[in-house]
Amino acid sequence: MKKYILILCMSWGVVFSQDPLSGIIKYQENNKIYPLTGANVFWQNTTVGTVTDVEGNFRLQRVSDTDWLIISYIGFKTDTLKVETPFISHKMTPNEVDELAEVKLIQRRKEIQKSYVKTQNIIKVSSEELLKAACCNLSESFETNPAIDVNFADAMSGTKQIKMLGLSSPYLLITEENIPMVRGASQAYGLSFTPGTWVESIQISKGAGSVTNGFESITGQINTELKKPLTDLPFFLNLFASINGRYELNTHINKKVSDRWSTGLYIHGNKRSQKFDKNKDGFLDLPISEQINLMNRWQYIDPQKGWVSFLSWRYMNDEKLLGAVDYNQERDRGYTQRWGSEIKTKRWDTSLKIGYVFPDLPYQSFGFQTAFSSHDQNSYFGLRSYEINHQSLFSHLLFNSIIGNTLNKFKVGINYTHDKYDELVDATFFLRTDSNIGGYFEFSHDNNDNFSCIAGIRMDMHNNLGNFVTPRIHLRYVPVEKFVIRLSGGSGRKTANIFAENQSLFATNRVVSIQSSKGKIYGLNPEKAWNYGMGLLKSFYIGSPHQINLSADYYVTDFSDQVVVDWENPREISFYNLKGRSSAKSLQFELDYNFRDILNLRAAYKKYDVKTDYNSGLLQKPLLAKNRFFTNLGLKSETSPQGKQWRWDVTFHHVGVQRLVKNQRDGVNAFSPSFSLWNTQLTRVFSKKFEIYFGGENIGNYKQSSPIIGSEDPFGINFDASQVYAPVFGGIVYSGLRLKI
Amino acid sequence: MKIIVIILLALPLGIFAQEKKKKNIKAQFIVRGNCEQCEKRIEKASLSIKGVKSADWDIPSNVISLIYDPNKVALETIHSKIADKGHDTSETEAKEVDYEKLPQCCQYERKLL
Repeated sequence: MKKYILILCMSWGVVFSQDPLSGIIKYQENNKIYPLTGANVFWQNTTVGTVTDVEGNFRLQRVSDTDWLIISYIGFKTDTLKVETPFISHKMTPNEVDELAEVKLIQRRKEIQKSYVKTQNIIKVSSEELLKAACCNLSESFETNPAIDVNFADAMSGTKQIKMLGLSSPYLLITEENIPMVRGASQAYGLSFTPGTWVESIQISKGAGSVTNGFESITGQINTELKKPLTDLPFFLNLFASINGRYELNTHINKKVSDRWSTGLYIHGNKRSQKFDKNKDGFLDLPISEQINLMNRWQYIDPQKGWVSFLSWRYMNDEKLLGAVDYNQERDRGYTQRWGSEIKTKRWDTSLKIGYVFPDLPYQSFGFQTAFSSHDQNSYFGLRSYEINHQSLFSHLLFNSIIGNTLNKFKVGINYTHDKYDELVDATFFLRTDSNIGGYFEFSHDNNDNFSCIAGIRMDMHNNLGNFVTPRIHLRYVPVEKFVIRLSGGSGRKTANIFAENQSLFATNRVVSIQSSKGKIYGLNPEKAWNYGMGLLKSFYIGSPHQINLSADYYVTDFSDQVVVDWENPREISFYNLKGRSSAKSLQFELDYNFRDILNLRAAYKKYDVKTDYNSGLLQKPLLAKNRFFTNLGLKSETSPQGKQWRWDVTFHHVGVQRLVKNQRDGVNAFSPSFSLWNTQLTRVFSKKFEIYFGGENIGNYKQSSPIIGSEDPFGINFDASQVYAPVFGGIVYSGLRLKI
Repeated sequence: MKIIVIILLALPLGIFAQEKKKKNIKAQFIVRGNCEQCEKRIEKASLSIKGVKSADWDIPSNVISLIYDPNKVALETIHSKIADKGHDTSETEAKEVDYEKLPQCCQYERKLL
């Protein structure tokens, strides 16, 4: 019997058999992969084992009882693998979370990355870049980035408004982890509801976006990725104070609850209680304000099975008081003695994301997202009042896979959105429900060399917009090394929430006039535009330490229908559908220079040509500078072994003349003066755990002399706080600290 | 004792049966090369073979990780197609002519695997 078995074993041995197992063991540090020398490799429950050589290689005889292999090394997680191939290549992970975090900290990434390999024109802004901004929320995060222009929305609320390609934020799709976020009711103040420290990175994509997130993006998309409980620091504290009386607190607490679950609690509070009236017009230059913002996230990861999930909820309460310096809301509200305003916003957000990657097929995955938000704004401005309640449901199901091989990928999915708006404008109620279901298919091809494209199409059924098709295409071609040409084109549509998007009108005594075209949205028809663009990017080295990137892009947004916001009559603001043409052309040149890791210089010139056929003729868009120049210089000292470092940066903005609408202050056919702004910041990193920063915003102290028109008679017909072209408040000095444990 | 015999007999059959059904198989082996250009060439060569679904070649370890459909292509074919581009694999040696065609920077040091 024994003999038989022996023979059987030998004959089958040929099949079993197999050559000894060979392989390589590696680890990753600073984005580079190194061989791991001296790692123990042995078969589970046996004494058969070996050690890796200098290059991380090993060779090991097979054993019959197991194909589970154990790899271990001090400082790394012990891994057990099932061996199915005669060769394995395995990457070890360091075993302490701390070490992982350290690797992250010393990892040197460029703060703003322009991608060579992405088909779309995407600019990635890292959290390190966000630190350069003085403070403290998403609307202020773009000041060091030339792709986005930041303006003040009005003379009193201190709110900043962003523009891309010459058009204001409603034409952008602003998402948080790919869930539409700043839209509808939150359009005016929404960007200030995301604290800067919560943001992990921002992706700005110019031009027609992807069809996957809906049809709304016209000039582009801004996506923010928030900090993740698993990868964020266990404890983070940021304190900030500025001489304009603004105080902020940010705390993150993250905890790993089990192998698969992590949770994070993020707390933000800000307060501004001091009153300032530097221009002596009797009105506060900045509001008295208070905000509480809380978020709790749960993250689930099961890498073996391929499941990833996020569950988040968030609550925000924001209150602002603005208007006359001696305004007292209890005494003066409803009377024409003193002009004052209160804006109170409450918001709830919940979201769930589930992703599944097929463990054997890393290129195939399912995703599901759903989010619900309730946004409630109660406000009055002098004798005017504005209330909006917006409830929104969003869900998205998608599937990613390949056609043939990974050079040809596709995404297919469906979205469902439901928005309920309930508005009170002065004494008029507006009720509206937007409901949309859409499906899309997006194909992408990459020849793994010099050409790639993404072509997408979506079909939507919308109760107010009807049934329509949205096509979008992006092409990337690399004719010679380090030179990229990108082309994009596509359409987008949106409903214009005229009041929520133009809240500065309430800080005026203009009469609201809606010239109905019998549409379904305030009597108006939806907006529709095409966007075409071209981008060039060239990078080269002069000697090895000098790296230069040059880029140029040109985008055209051409409206086939638009809700025109007409400020031309000083007594009126009117909304009507476009009769004629309207387009926005934007040209940008940018130079980016890096000297080692020490110096970074960015300079950009932007030219806009935004024209619309108003009732009074074809005119340039008011309050938009045709020419803008931007420079940012950053210097960093080398990090000492203890983690000590100095960082300094300075930003210069030059804003060209802006057309002003006819009014009592500026007269007819007036232009604003051109002006320059300087910001600077110095950071001292004392260790990996502690740093202090100090900076100045608008240190040239430039301000608009009389930002409020008719401030002497706020209940008279000329009163208008919406015509602001420059900072209202002068220079600001601030300081803050960051504690990371 | 009999049980062991049965298991021994059944085991390899089991492996075969599984392999026939599976549409996606993972494979890893060494392909010699040096740089990013090699990476493009090796991955392109692999992906241009019908049945190869994904290919990822790692510069430092020289290891290629593949997912392929064994009903459409045999692993040996993948080895030989990569070797045709001048890159030695752990199974197939590239022809001298093909190796000579590689650009200077891609001419890796030839040693027997």
